[in-house]
Amino acid sequence: MANRISVADLTAPTETFRPHVLDLDDFSPREVEVVFEATDVMKEVLGREIKKVPALRGKTLVNLFYEASTRTRVSFELAAKNLSADVVNIAVSGSSVAKGESLLDTIRTLQALGADMIVMRHSQAGAPYLVARHVKSCVLNAGDGWHAHPSQALLDLYTMRERLGRLEGLKVVIVGDILHSRVARSNIWGLTAVGARVVLCAPPTLIPFGLGRAEYPLPEVEVEYNLDRAIEGADVVMALRIQKERHKEGLLPDLREYVRLYQIDRTRLARAKPHALLMHPGPVNEGIELAADVVTCAQSVIQEQVANGVAVRMALLYLMGGGGGGA
Amino acid sequence: MREKELMNEADMRRGLTRIAHEIIERNQGVQELAIIGMRTRGVPLAHRLASLLESLEGHPVPVGSLDVTLYRDDLKLRGVRPRLQRTHIPIDIQGKRVILVDDVLYTGRTTRAALDALIDLGRPKCVQLAVMVDRGHRELPIRPDYVVKNVPTSVHEEVKVRIQEVDGVDQVIIMGRGVDG
Repeated sequence: MANRISVADLTAPTETFRPHVLDLDDFSPREVEVVFEATDVMKEVLGREIKKVPALRGKTLVNLFYEASTRTRVSFELAAKNLSADVVNIAVSGSSVAKGESLLDTIRTLQALGADMIVMRHSQAGAPYLVARHVKSCVLNAGDGWHAHPSQALLDLYTMRERLGRLEGLKVVIVGDILHSRVARSNIWGLTAVGARVVLCAPPTLIPFGLGRAEYPLPEVEVEYNLDRAIEGADVVMALRIQKERHKEGLLPDLREYVRLYQIDRTRLARAKPHALLMHPGPVNEGIELAADVVTCAQSVIQEQVANGVAVRMALLYLMGGGGGGA
Repeated sequence: MREKELMNEADMRRGLTRIAHEIIERNQGVQELAIIGMRTRGVPLAHRLASLLESLEGHPVPVGSLDVTLYRDDLKLRGVRPRLQRTHIPIDIQGKRVILVDDVLYTGRTTRAALDALIDLGRPKCVQLAVMVDRGHRELPIRPDYVVKNVPTSVHEEVKVRIQEVDGVDQVIIMGRGVDG
């Protein structure tokens, strides 16, 4: 009996979706659209008095964070709970990793304990790919080294489309520490896939070396070292955090010089289109990459990015299907 | 696979008019009603029913749409997901007499999901179920209040309600092995 109520009986059309979301480098525009359609529905759920639906009841999501995070972890936790999944949070300090357990041992243990979905942040690029090859659970990359942060890029794209009505043809300027930024890399993949024009702006030491060469693992995008010129006519200005914790090689001779040349303030933002959006993946170093008065200005959608993050992550978790090997 | 027409456009129109009268009689008017269509084909049917009720009673009747996908009990298959559609309930259903509208009533599992979804949105005074076709084979203790047509079927057959707004034609058909001429 139970078998009869299967996909064949679904009255609504179905979508196929990948079991793991590791980066946007292989997302088609249609796949981005599938995520957005589901996100629209999740936003409606978030607007209700009871913000909870039973779609992932009985599924377990493990937040496995090898790097500090508050907003991403909480965002995934809320997303999973809104879909009625059970959530286990593991921070590396205080776990067996501190006793020397290897990544794959940890993952196999989590699978044996019944984790259907693993949301993972790791300081090494590629770690979630290794994990995805070895487990039946769904794996969602919540940031690996400098490499990728796909859910952040999807919520950025969703916020742009929601505010500006389209993505194709938008001029998006990404300003700041692009070298160390997984957010920038996933955004570059996502934005170029949907036909937006990406301009990177940073001091030469913070632009990935080799970008634009055929063998470089990112699509070719424009680079403009002068912020005033880069921002001219932009639809979106996305500032990135200066990741001081990753600056070991003295890439910036002087922070005050960086502020003078690359901080986004009202005068510089005025060079963009009148209704241009100001975005930032957070957390903001106020007074460094952003002047204090633009953080909360009318063009700033930083809080909307956070709110949309929960809806986008609900959509991804729903679409990935809760894992566990399926019916 | 052979198919056979069970109802045409005129049959469907007359049937909907009949259940509109039944709804008015049972609820003593339309003042407290909210008509909620279940995605996909229940939605246009709900709109038709609401405009029939309005023209019969001269009082506006609110209409909403409900997508029950997130409440289904069969979201298991990995990699294949039912496409989500928006739920849009423009009114507070608190204290309302809700008429749920669907095209085909079969196992009752979709109706079960719809009841859960509805109750998360508020506390209606009562919920009644109106369907175009009841084809039997219930797996849950659910029964319709208003039925346009009862169709005894075998599990090997398929009943399809086609709606102008979705399929370009108003028609009810039955398909399958057991259908002759």
